[in-house]
Amino acid sequence: MRKLWRFTGGIKLKGFNKPSNTSSIHQIPIPEKLILPLRQHIGEATEPLISIGQRVFKGELLASSTSFISAPVHASSSGTIVDIGKYSIPHQSGISETCIVIETDGLDEWDSNITANIHPEKLSRENLHTIVKSAGIVGLGGAAFPSAAKLKPTRKINSLIINGVECEPYISCDDALMQSRPDEIIRGVILLQRMLEPNECIIAIEDNKPKAIDSLRTALEKLANAGVLDTTNISVIPIPTIFPAGSEKQLVKVLTGKEIPQHGLPYEVGVVCLNVGTTSAIYDAVYHGQPLISRVVTVTGSEVNQPDNYNVLLGTPVVNLLNAAGSIGFSKYKLIMGGPMMGMNLPNSDVPVVKATNCILVEKAEQEKGTKVMPCIRCGTCTTVCPMKLLPQQLYWHAKSKNLEKLDHFNLSDCIECGCCAVVCPSKIPLVHYFRYAKSEKKEHEIKLKIADQSRIRSLVRESRLEKSKREQEERKAKRKAERKKKKASIPKKDKAIEGQSTSVPEKIEDKGVKTKKVAKIAKG
Amino acid sequence: MAIIALTMLALIFGVLLGYTAIRFRVEGDPIVDSIDAILPQTQCGQCGYPGCKPYAEAIASDQAEINQCPPGGETGMKALAELLGREPIPLNPENGAADDGLPMVAIINDATCIGCTKCVQVCPVDAIVGAAKQVHSVLDVYCTGCELCLPPLCPVENCIVMISVEKTLKTWKWSNPQFHLEDSAT
Repeated sequence: MRKLWRFTGGIKLKGFNKPSNTSSIHQIPIPEKLILPLRQHIGEATEPLISIGQRVFKGELLASSTSFISAPVHASSSGTIVDIGKYSIPHQSGISETCIVIETDGLDEWDSNITANIHPEKLSRENLHTIVKSAGIVGLGGAAFPSAAKLKPTRKINSLIINGVECEPYISCDDALMQSRPDEIIRGVILLQRMLEPNECIIAIEDNKPKAIDSLRTALEKLANAGVLDTTNISVIPIPTIFPAGSEKQLVKVLTGKEIPQHGLPYEVGVVCLNVGTTSAIYDAVYHGQPLISRVVTVTGSEVNQPDNYNVLLGTPVVNLLNAAGSIGFSKYKLIMGGPMMGMNLPNSDVPVVKATNCILVEKAEQEKGTKVMPCIRCGTCTTVCPMKLLPQQLYWHAKSKNLEKLDHFNLSDCIECGCCAVVCPSKIPLVHYFRYAKSEKKEHEIKLKIADQSRIRSLVRESRLEKSKREQEERKAKRKAERKKKKASIPKKDKAIEGQSTSVPEKIEDKGVKTKKVAKIAKG
Repeated sequence: MAIIALTMLALIFGVLLGYTAIRFRVEGDPIVDSIDAILPQTQCGQCGYPGCKPYAEAIASDQAEINQCPPGGETGMKALAELLGREPIPLNPENGAADDGLPMVAIINDATCIGCTKCVQVCPVDAIVGAAKQVHSVLDVYCTGCELCLPPLCPVENCIVMISVEKTLKTWKWSNPQFHLEDSAT
């Protein structure tokens, strides 16, 4: 039995049933239109490589970027590019970003260049890395961090953690995936093991998913008995169900006892963390050459008839998903992408499913309005549940007064926005909303400072340039004055000497020289 | 004896002070720089001075009040008050209305620009490029929104106008949840 640690805080969430908890994954029919945002990941946006009117095949590369932290975008189905323009993206803000729109032809024709690898076990580490990068794979747990960037750590990795925890209530896409594709996940883990060469490899699953644990353990045994692949270092570890155990920092603490340093990444403590969905996507990319063009999405909530898991092509509008799941009460509902704890509201149902979409939650719109916000009574319950050891009540206080210095002092940037504090707050204060607000306030302040610095430098440069040109002008003026004086002084001498015309000729030339200079100056001015 | 000792001490300290005065000389006025760091650097001149630095110098030498900077707004004034240990005072309406927080940039209409270079010369941060009788253009990433290039400086009507900067994911802000509390109070 492996020793497990306990992270501070966290809560045991009750009252959320998991109606979507089934082992089946349904297929959503190909939508008429696919909307693919150029940025579906953390990092730089990609640049489109195709043009409007072009016919594309399923899996064809549509957009890419040369940046290290970025992930290319591929066509989810065959069809024609009808637009490259601004469309509303799945984000709280309702902001539009550049998207590629494909009108599908229903043929679902694969790109002929995509072929299965015959000997995936023989690929080199470098080859594997290139495959993962060019397949556009990002973290499918919800953060959408480009996976390839994680797979080139600069130090020795002790533990590879495969995250199948899925701690948010309602969401069950990873659970369903672990039950339906255990073999693929383990083969993916073996590929990752070859790339990272860790001492151990842990597949962590919350103990409220016994079916998933069983299915992975059985698959692991089968593979071990077959003796084709080396599975000795891989273990499936059930962990206690405490929210937010699926968060990277908390999971590393539970499994290794190590804490990731502030603003640091897991590799700094010798750990790499990847989601089970990501692992299965890596399997598809390496074994079948298929880029990331679909993902499993949970559709659930009080306003859904048949909550279930669906395999959805990326770019499918959310409304298609709702139709498939039989959403009722279409007039008054709110859409949340992600879980009830950390998810964000969607502006409308036309936004597409992207790489980060793990769950679509359809809730009654009134639910929030019913709660009355009361003043903070400083009970300190939020502090006891904060998994990041922060002081939410202090942060709340300073967020309200926009005291950025104090917010820094209380480490606002460490908040993972898990929502534990807001759930336990007896005054029903929307604490996470306050922290998100304070974070964006701070970000804006930083941008302002940066712009101010830039303007300061530019105005200084301009001033010194103006001064310089003024000085030069004055110098030239003084020079000319001096010359004229000289001339004046020399003319009477010449008169006296009664020299011939020979001397006057060079004088004229000099005059002309001055004139041409003047003309040049006017042109310059 | 006492006189000799004191004279010696005076000499030693005199040399020491003289040395430190040369060795640790501070170029410029540190107060002006810290005031300048708070000012928004729009270089708009609404304060009555030709730029942020001159205004900072005026504040430092007590020739100007701290409430003359509309782009800095209430927060800027408060920061200045805290830095200088003065009482916060309301913004002076004579200097213009306080910034509403929406960043604006100038944009030049290519069709109506006559290429007079007036705006090129007045732009405090060199954010307008153009030559005589050529169409000018604003480098929007550098534009501070100072409005110095707007008519009457620009001789053409509707040639230079201010537009608000489009919100991106990087500049989008979460709303202030304050209203929730007020809602419940009523």
